[in-house]
Order: sequence, then C-alpha cells, then structure tokens
Amino acid sequence: MSAEVASPAAPPAGADTRARKLVETFFRVRELGIVGALALLVAVTAILEPRFIELESLRDLLRNASLFAIMAVGQTLVLVTRNVDLSVSSVLALSAFLAGDLLSTSGTPVALVFVLAIGLGAACGLLNGILVTFGRVPALVVTLGTLYAFRGLAFLWTDGRQINAETLPDSYLDIGTGTILGVPALAVIALVVVLVVGYYLRSYRSGRELYAIGSNTLAARLAGIRIDLRVCTAFVISGGLAGLAGALFTARYGTVDATAGTGYELSVIAAAVVGGVAITGGVGSVYGAAIGAVLMGCITSSLIFLKIDAFWQQAAIGALLLVAIAFDRFVGLRLDAALRQRSARRAA
Amino acid sequence: MPPEALAADARPKFAPPAFLGRWETLIAALIVVVIIVGSGLSDEFLTTATITTGSLDLIEIALMALPLALVIVAAEIDLSVASVLGLSSAVMASLWNAGLPLELIIPLCLAVGALCGAFNGVLVTRLGLSSLAVTIGTLALFRGLAYVVIGDESVTDFPTEYTDLAFGTIGGGWIPNVLVLFVVLAIAFALLLHATPFGRNVFAIGANAEAARFSGVRIKRIKLTLFVLSGTVAALAGIVLSLRNSTAAANVGIGFELTAIAAVVLGGVSIFGGKGTIGGVVLALVLLGGIQKALTLADGVSSYWIQIVTGTLLIVSVLGPNLVSRAREARAHASRSRDRWPSARAEDPTRPRKEEAE
Repeated sequence: MSAEVASPAAPPAGADTRARKLVETFFRVRELGIVGALALLVAVTAILEPRFIELESLRDLLRNASLFAIMAVGQTLVLVTRNVDLSVSSVLALSAFLAGDLLSTSGTPVALVFVLAIGLGAACGLLNGILVTFGRVPALVVTLGTLYAFRGLAFLWTDGRQINAETLPDSYLDIGTGTILGVPALAVIALVVVLVVGYYLRSYRSGRELYAIGSNTLAARLAGIRIDLRVCTAFVISGGLAGLAGALFTARYGTVDATAGTGYELSVIAAAVVGGVAITGGVGSVYGAAIGAVLMGCITSSLIFLKIDAFWQQAAIGALLLVAIAFDRFVGLRLDAALRQRSARRAA
Repeated sequence: MPPEALAADARPKFAPPAFLGRWETLIAALIVVVIIVGSGLSDEFLTTATITTGSLDLIEIALMALPLALVIVAAEIDLSVASVLGLSSAVMASLWNAGLPLELIIPLCLAVGALCGAFNGVLVTRLGLSSLAVTIGTLALFRGLAYVVIGDESVTDFPTEYTDLAFGTIGGGWIPNVLVLFVVLAIAFALLLHATPFGRNVFAIGANAEAARFSGVRIKRIKLTLFVLSGTVAALAGIVLSLRNSTAAANVGIGFELTAIAAVVLGGVSIFGGKGTIGGVVLALVLLGGIQKALTLADGVSSYWIQIVTGTLLIVSVLGPNLVSRAREARAHASRSRDRWPSARAEDPTRPRKEEAE
C-alpha cells in the first residue's frame, strides 16, 4: 500500500496493475498468516484440552478480546498516520468511571451513557490531536503526557471511590455478559466497529488519505491532503473508541476504580502490530489489528487451559510481537526487491 | 530560511547572554519556583531530609534516564528498561535462593542486563527494525521472563551490609550512598556524550543518520553499544531497587520506563534525536523529584496531582518552544512577504525543525 500511494510517477499501466496485485497479495497473505496462526493455536489447544472449544469458554475468549479489538481499531488509524496513541488506557478509565458514576448515582438512560462515554473519549482524543497537529508536539510525547494526566484526573475524580456491580442496572450489565443469537454482545459490537472502520479506511477518500500521510507526509502535503485535519480525526476516533471500550469495560466487569485498564496501552499497540500494522506508518488494516487482538486473547486463555504457568503469558506475547515485526520486515524487504526487479526488467 | 534574511530582520539590537536562551536555564528557573512554592506549602520542604528521601524515591528512574538520554539523542528509544530492571531483580532473587553470594550475583545481573540490551540492539541494528516496536515487544518479553524466573515469590533476606549500603547515607548524614553512585554515573555519561568522539557520533547519528553514514560513522556499532549500556544500567537500577527495599521480585518497577522517558524529554532531549544534554536531564530529574516531594509534603493537596503535573509539564516542555518558534516564523514570514518565491516550504507538522547538534 505504501508503495502505490508513494510512487511519484505513474509507471506504465500494465506494470502498475501487476505491481499492485503483488502488493495486495502480500497483504492478503499477511492477514491470512495471522488467521492461520490463530487456527493453529486453537486446534492444538483443542486437541490437548477439548474443553477449550466449549461454547462458553470461546464466548469468554471473545468477550475479553473485544475490548482490545475495539481499541486496536482506533490505534490502527493513528498508527497508520505514523503517530501513536499511548493515552488510550487512561481515556478508558475516565470513560469507564463516567459510565459507572452516571448509572449508579442517576438513572441516566443506557444509550445516553454510551454517547457521553464516547464523547468524553473523543474530547480527550481531540486534545491529543490538537497538541500533535497545531502544537507540533510529537505524538509519543503528547500521549505519554496525557497518559499520565488523564490517569491523574481519573484518580482525582474517583477520589478512592469504586463502582460496584450491585449499583449498576441489570440491563447495562447484560451488555457485558449477554449474548445475541449465541454470540457475546461485546463481540457483536466489536465486529460492527471493525467492519465500519474497515470499510471507511478502505473505501473512503479520507480513509485512504490516512495511508498517504503515513507513507510519505511530505508527498501527502504536496498532493493537497489536509494533514492536520486527518491526523486530528484519527486521534478523535481513537479516543472515542477508547471511550466506548470504557463504557463496555464497566458493563463487562461491573467493578470500576481509577486503576481500570492500567497498562492496556501497550497491549493495544502490540495487538495492532501483531496484526500487521506498521509502527512506522502507512501499512496495515483494522481487520488485521482486530485479529491480532483475538490472537493475543487466545494465547492468554490457551495457556490457562493447558495449565501452563500464567507467568509464561507475557513472555509469549512479547516473543510473538517480535516474531511478527521481524517477519514483516523480512517479507517487506523481499517485496521491495521483487518490485524493484520488476520495474528494472520493464525499463530494460 | 536564508540566513541573511534572519540576520537582517530578526537580530535584536541588544543580544542577551546566550545561556539565558538555554533549555537548562529554564528548567533551573522552574526548580527555583518549585523550591519557593514547596517551602511555602510545607515547612518540612526546605530541609535536608527532602533531599535524602526525594533522591531515594527517584534514584532508579534517575539511573535509567542517563543511558536512555543517549539512546534518544541517537534517535532511538528503549521502552524495555523497566522490564530489564524487573528481570535483574528476579534473577537476583533466584540466584540468592540458589545460595550464590551477592558478590557473584551482582555481576551476573549486570551481565543479564547487558545481554537484554544487546538483544534489543541486534534486533534494531542488524534486522533494521523500529526500536519503538522492538522494545514494546521486549518490554513484555523481559517482564515475562522475570515472572518465569521467580514467579510470584520474592526474596527479602539479603544481608544487611548490602541493604544498608543501598539505603544508607554517607557517614549517617543526609547524602544517600546511591546518590553518589548517580553523580558518578551522571559525570561519566556527560563526559561520554559531550567530550568524546563517541558522543559526537551519537549526536551525528541522531541529527542525520544518512550524513553520519556517509561520514564513516559506524552507526550500527554505536547504537548497539547504546542499547547495551541502557540494559546494563537498567539492571544496575534493579539491583539498587532490590537492595534498597530489601525485596527482590519480578513485579518491581512496572511503568518506570515512561517516567524515565518523561524525565529525558523534559530535560530538553529531542525525541527525534540529535539534541540534548546530560545536564538538562539531571536538572529535569531534580525538578521532577522536587515537584513530587512538594506535592507529597503539602497539606490538603492530593498526591494524584503528581501525575497530572508530570504529564502537563512533559507536553508543555515541547509545546512551549514550538509555539514560540511558530510565532517567530510567522513574523519572519510576514517580513519576507516581498520575497522572490512563494513559501513552498512543506514541513512535516509532527517533526519540529532539526537543529544543529547541540
């Protein structure tokens, strides 16, 4: 994708389509690769411990992965523009507490709670976006700062209080634990988010422009893309989805305090990167990121089912992440070489 | 922009001394403000006990920030430092359980840290991977290995002569022993960065890796060395933390990496490399320690403000200079409005202009 967006002069039509096909095949293979790894993991675990593929345990796996998948989708938009959003876990905490607080102290309708939680997240994202674009502060610095600041605000706001499941309406908790046609409601929400954002990113002009910005910011600017607006939008969506994840966190766990979601930011980025989103921008899809989140959730629960010490979990995820980026790099180099060879042959 | 235009339009009639424009001066001024505000908030602030406890609270982060500053000046990043610290503590615990003497354990822990750093460095330099992605991976991997090594056990029966060394003060006074260790390392790293060819090359790599390569700088070797240094010092911080709290476990120091990076950036090191001083980082650490101490000592101020103030300060430290230079650019642009060609300077908004090294 980066190659086709960034190529300055249009090569002959035939070469163009063929090169594009090569690139597209690569990305399809990349996503199929994660699906394959996921299938292999499920199969091996299921053979060793058949209870793993019982419906209820699969549902649980999906519920856990859904929150990460939703945040990984938002993170993908930001990563694609060659930025990063470390603040998502603190935004989640703010929104989770807002949702819990509204529901337990006043009878706010559930739909309004969701709107407010997403709105709060989007406002946090907007602040990040403005600081990155207008303030010209690197995203790593901005979101590291807001990671602290939002978490501090969450502590200040909750003031040691905790929201408990008893104070929350059942209709709300059902969202976290209930199912729709046998599929966990959380997974359905995550799937809708993935499909909507995936469609936007693939088929809308402004979605494509995010890739252009991440591939080559200078070229994107010269092409007249409104970079600041697009980058800001990516941050707003990332914040909004973290807000949604916060509202769902409350529904899923029932218990919320200021420490909710601490450390999620790195898992979310890891999920996206495992799913093929390049941290250097311009490459990746939300489908990959979502599958990455499911794969990471799957590793966690299969370790539990196989009675492997939970202590291995983090090491396994770290190793997986390293394998994923090393693989991307290796295949990317081969792809580059293939494209270059092709164009050289054509020129000769 | 052309230098002549600058010279003609922007040079003030009377130039203030150069040190006033330095980042370090600003941080030092902020430290003075914190001291004034802090002593206003609490009578206990302006005492030697503040220095003792304040420096002990921050010592591990301070140690890790030193090599991290060099890594960031070279336009890389190391997020795995806190996990190396945890791994070092876990290895220490398990070797102690195995009955080894501390005299042997400490060098072994340092070696483990160096190995971790080398692992990061090889992935970054030999495979050409982004250090942000690599060290997010090893952040999880090394912490995971720490749990694998020792599980959720902890070791608390280290000999008192060692724990006293880490916790105690010089001659029972108010200067902690570990502060001396920090000062020695700070001077060593300052000399390495600012007074050796190696340090010049680190700046050259961060400012323009391409140009550095064409000038014959051995980029890969230097970056590898920096990651090894970072890992080794992180392991040292793990040893200090374990002895100081007389507790070695796998879960120590979680999240320290972000505070260490915050200190480095606050100290004026550009996150894009090529710019920064060890002095600035040391001052930033003093500032952070002062703020933490002032807020903890003050009555009626929630300690949660520490996170808010740290985060805000981090953003403002980069935002402020950017806005100033933006205003300056706008003014220079206005005065050059009769210029020959329309300004087509397309600048990446996420990248502030690279300034010359140092």
